[in-house]
Amino acid sequence: MNRQCTPRAYADPYLAGAGLGLVLLAAFVLVGRGLGASGAFASTAAGVVAAIAPEHAAASPLFSHYLEGQGPWLEWLSFELAGVLFGAWLSAALAGRLRVEVERPAALARGSRVALAFGGGVVMAAGAAFARGCTSGQALTGGALLSVGGWLFLCVAFATAHVLAPLVRRLWT
Amino acid sequence: MSAPLIGDGSLGVSLGAAVVLGAGFGFALERAGLGSARKLIGQFYGRDLTVMKVMFSALIVAMLGVFWLSRFGLLDLRAVYVPLTYLWPQLFGGLLFGAGLVVAGLCPGTACVAAATGRVDGMFVVLGFLAGMFGVGLLLEGFADFYESGAHGAWTLPELTGLPYGTVVAAVVLLALAAFAGAEWIERRVR
Repeated sequence: MNRQCTPRAYADPYLAGAGLGLVLLAAFVLVGRGLGASGAFASTAAGVVAAIAPEHAAASPLFSHYLEGQGPWLEWLSFELAGVLFGAWLSAALAGRLRVEVERPAALARGSRVALAFGGGVVMAAGAAFARGCTSGQALTGGALLSVGGWLFLCVAFATAHVLAPLVRRLWT
Repeated sequence: MSAPLIGDGSLGVSLGAAVVLGAGFGFALERAGLGSARKLIGQFYGRDLTVMKVMFSALIVAMLGVFWLSRFGLLDLRAVYVPLTYLWPQLFGGLLFGAGLVVAGLCPGTACVAAATGRVDGMFVVLGFLAGMFGVGLLLEGFADFYESGAHGAWTLPELTGLPYGTVVAAVVLLALAAFAGAEWIERRVR
C-alpha cells in the first residue's frame, strides 16, 4: 500500500495537550505572554481600516488598541499565527495528512458547509472581539494564568456550544 | 537570571520567537487532530472529547510550570501579561463565540490549522472570522460603554476567592483529573 495515501492516526490527546502546554509555558518564559489567534485578525483589520479610513480606526475601541506601540503590522500575534500555519502544515505533511477537501457530513452539501463555516466565523469574530480573545488567548492562556475573565469565557463558550449542539445536530451527522 | 528572557527592547527577537512558538502551537494542534471540524465537533455530542482532553492537559501543564517556576524565583510573574477581565463583554462574547463555534466546527486557531492542511471549510472559517473582525470593529464604536463594562484589570481566581495561589492550582488540577475521568467514561458510553 502506498504510504502517501494512508494518513497516520492522530496523536494521543493527553500527549499532544502536554506538548501544547510546554509551548505555552515556553511563551510565558521567553516573551512573558501567552498564545492567541484572534488578535492577529483584529490587528490586520485595524491596519487595513487605518490605511483607508483612519478616523474610523481611531474611533473603534477594538481597532485603536492595535494602532498603539509597534502598530498593526508588527503585532506579535500575527507573526505567531504565521508560525501556526507553518507548524500545522509541517505536522500534516510528516503524517501524510495534507489533503484538499471540504470536510462535511455526507448529508450536507459542499456549498452549505462552506457557507455555514463562513457564517460561524463571522459570529465567532463578534464574540472574540467583545471577549478580547478566543479559545487560545482567553480560554487557554487566560485559563493557565488563572484569569477570571479567561475562565468565564471558557465556561460560557463551551456551555453555550454544548447547549446549542442538539439544535444543529443535522449539520454534523 | 529571571524569565521572561526577551525584553520589550528586542522586537526582532520577540517576533522571531513568535514564529517559532506559533509553529509549535500549530504542530501540537494538528498532531491532536484539532484541524478537523468533524473531530472537534465530536466534543459537543460526546463522541470524541479530544478538545477537552487537549485543552485541560495543556492548561494544567502550563499552569503548573508557571506556578513552580515563579515559586523557585525563575519566572517573574509580574512581568507575565495576564489577559484583562471585562466581565459583561466577556460573558456576552462567550455566548456568541460558543454559538459560532458549534456552527463553524472550528475555532479561529484550529481553523488556521485546518486551512494550512488543505481543508477548504477551514479557509472559509478564517475568511468569515476576518470579515467579522472588520464588521465588528467598525460597529463597536456604538457599543463602547458596554465594551468597557465590568473592568477588573488583571484579575485572577486567587484574588477572586481569597485562596492561596497554590490551593487554586491544586483545585484546577483536581478538576482536570475529574474531567479526564468523566471524558473517558462518556466516550465509552456514547460509542
